[in-house]
Amino acid sequence: MSESLPIVEMAGISISFPGVKALDEVGLRLFPGEVHTLMGENGAGKSTLIKALTGVYKIDEGEIRIAGEPRRLGGTADAQSAGISTVYQEVNLCTNLTIGENVMLGHEVRGAAGINWRATHRAAGQTLKKLGLGHLNPKQALSTLPLAVQQLVAISRSMVAQCKVLILDEPTSSLDANEVEQLFTVIRSLRDQGVAILFVSHFLDQVYAISDRLTVLRNGRFEGEYRISDIDRAQLISKMIGKDIAALKSLDAKDSRRVRPDAEPLYSAKGIGRKGAIDATDIELHRGEVVGLAGLLGSGRTELARLIYGADRPDTGEVTLNGEQTEITTPAKALARRIAFSSENRRDEGIIRDLSVRENLVLAVQARRGWARPLPRREQDAIVEKYVSALGVRPADPERPIRLLSGGNQQKVLLGRWLATEPELLILDEPTRGIDVGAKAEIQEYVSVLADEGLSVLFISSEIEEVVRQSDRIIVLKDHRKIAELEGGQGVSADSIVTVIAEDGLGDASADAAVREEVTT
Amino acid sequence: MSANAHGPSEALKGLVRRQYFWGIVAIALLLLVNLVKDPGYLAVSIGQSGNLAGNVIDILRAAAPIILIAVGMCLVVSTGGIDLSVGSVMAVAGAVSMEFLNGASDTVGSGLAAVGLVVIVSAALGAVNGVLVSVVGLQPFISTLVIMLAGRGLAKVITGGQNTTATNETFRWIANGYVLGLPVVFLLALLLALLMGLLVRRSALGLMLEAIGMDAKAARLAGVNRRALLFTVYILGGVLAGFAGVFATASVMTVDVSRTGYQLELDAILAVVIGGTSLAGGKFNITGAVVGAILIATLDKTVVFLGVSSSATPAFKAVVIVVLCLLQSERVRRMFRQRRAAGAARPAEREVVAA
Repeated sequence: MSESLPIVEMAGISISFPGVKALDEVGLRLFPGEVHTLMGENGAGKSTLIKALTGVYKIDEGEIRIAGEPRRLGGTADAQSAGISTVYQEVNLCTNLTIGENVMLGHEVRGAAGINWRATHRAAGQTLKKLGLGHLNPKQALSTLPLAVQQLVAISRSMVAQCKVLILDEPTSSLDANEVEQLFTVIRSLRDQGVAILFVSHFLDQVYAISDRLTVLRNGRFEGEYRISDIDRAQLISKMIGKDIAALKSLDAKDSRRVRPDAEPLYSAKGIGRKGAIDATDIELHRGEVVGLAGLLGSGRTELARLIYGADRPDTGEVTLNGEQTEITTPAKALARRIAFSSENRRDEGIIRDLSVRENLVLAVQARRGWARPLPRREQDAIVEKYVSALGVRPADPERPIRLLSGGNQQKVLLGRWLATEPELLILDEPTRGIDVGAKAEIQEYVSVLADEGLSVLFISSEIEEVVRQSDRIIVLKDHRKIAELEGGQGVSADSIVTVIAEDGLGDASADAAVREEVTT
Repeated sequence: MSANAHGPSEALKGLVRRQYFWGIVAIALLLLVNLVKDPGYLAVSIGQSGNLAGNVIDILRAAAPIILIAVGMCLVVSTGGIDLSVGSVMAVAGAVSMEFLNGASDTVGSGLAAVGLVVIVSAALGAVNGVLVSVVGLQPFISTLVIMLAGRGLAKVITGGQNTTATNETFRWIANGYVLGLPVVFLLALLLALLMGLLVRRSALGLMLEAIGMDAKAARLAGVNRRALLFTVYILGGVLAGFAGVFATASVMTVDVSRTGYQLELDAILAVVIGGTSLAGGKFNITGAVVGAILIATLDKTVVFLGVSSSATPAFKAVVIVVLCLLQSERVRRMFRQRRAAGAARPAEREVVAA
């Protein structure tokens, strides 16, 4: 069946931006009834290729054939009429509309007197039911759903368009294991109906679980197309990053024990909490230590981090910083006290799209100095040079608007922004989300180096393995409260943390306490 | 963004790409139209005391107050806000200064005192806007609308409903005097615009304002103090409007509480848009706002000069501005470019649109 005709065939595609060749004669074939994964590092050209296929970018050279016919895609509307639907990495829905309105947007059921909203919502309900989302009420506002479920709504939205090709650009980066499974069920059923699916993900396990075929890109060039059975993980990774994976493994193998300071903690909070976000929690952070926050989506990881930074105002709790009692109620105050926080929401709370890389880098330092004391251009250039090269930002052009960089490079710029403030405590919320293996390893390694230099790091990731690997100590959260605190080491693994989370709440409070005791000793 | 300029042709290209380029073109066209009607229109004569006089000088003089409020508006707009109260603040400034001078002696001291008083009062009005927007968290549109309505009432209360008149040579000189042959008002307006430009670009104020306007959430997390910045910006807008009020009243030494600054907020907003600053906030361009203000003054004078009946004046203004906005629109320009490219057998002159 794989030898049936491809529904989409892209050949010799080249796209240039000023000064950069983003794609250089890249090819891609999508077959009906197959899940095809596009692999590559950040900046490899995955997003550009997808945007060429969805008509967002015009191609300079090459040809796109859809069902054998050469097509010129002049815009997203062309792509949609050709049966190509896309669900982007960051959900693009209208949160102020209802679920049903979002699903049916542009395909509302029309009656004699305009749109028949009842029929529209009913149709939305049916579409949702087909995807196993029957429990959702189409008349509910989308904003009431967690981000992960919004993603599934976005997929059902593309189903309404009767697509033949469905592009999923990192749909799983914000989903937990259950939701990923739910999504995969949906993908498989679509595949069996003959839809060609183009899937982008950085999670190797997921790629191997769902793909039939994959195409690897590197630096804007085509590296090869493989059937999933013909390539193993090690080969795949080395194709993607173009170098040996021994370097990556060395990070895993290294004994991450750092000298535990016995001195007083850098930061300590007693009973810090906020209604509806996280219950009163005690937390201590030391210099030179990486503390991980583990827990499922919605367990209160991000909420706790935001309270520490003052992004949300804590209702309760006492904070001691460097031995002195203090109050941190705004980000500006936190930065003044050398605490930095990198938000999980890179697009809305991280980068400022229309500012240049340089302006994004110096923003936090400048904000702390106040507007009346501008950072001299020489110092700006020094900061830019330092972090662009230290973090390997590509392209290394500081005057380029940051929105033109790939996600991983944006993340590196943001990391640079926070490091430029010379923080003593650095909070990283999902710093590696949506980032390829190479950039991920670079950032992880950098975090370790920072801790070795005496920085205190609070590390949050939905990938429990990553938390385990990075952290000296792990705080486990569940349902908006701290359920355990584990010393990193031989005994702790992703499995043991999952067990802690799973077993919490099985018994009553005393059993709960017993678990906590068991794991801390 | 622009490649390094090589020679004058590149510099010209750089100018053409500026948003306010079409504003300059429009000014030139309007002057040309006037020139056609009266070949002597552009003539500038030198009066007995070496002062320049002529239609162009009149335009510059009329542009002065608009320049000031446009610059203030430009900063407010860059934060994603809007300031509808500038016209009313002008009226209040006029009322305060006239009432003060009416009872004061005709000395340099009292003239300067009147200006000082205006600065204080208009800063206070700006501060009220600032508090409503930044502390209370009202929408800028509503907050400044309140001050727009209240301000005119306040002006009437100050003068007791009268159109107060006063005499003070120093104060009058601000509007009617000359330095180096040019009207003081225009030079002062240009100087203040220049100072504001230096203030925002030499300090980090401009970057901070743009950051707020582009992405308030991200700016907050980066430690940008939005509240203080908004407060500052509305006060600046108020003070600039106060100066504009002084300019508008000093020329006739009378405040017309219901006409001074009337609907000038709209002119200011137009000037800002013509100058290439998006009302959505973000990147702003003070030079552009100044160009826009001069265009509006030129337009006003042209309408009078051509004898367009006063009832048709708004329509005439609207047509010019709509055409201008169309020319500036990225979409319309791309359409033209594509047409040209298609005509030239498609040699794919690929200019990636760097918005």
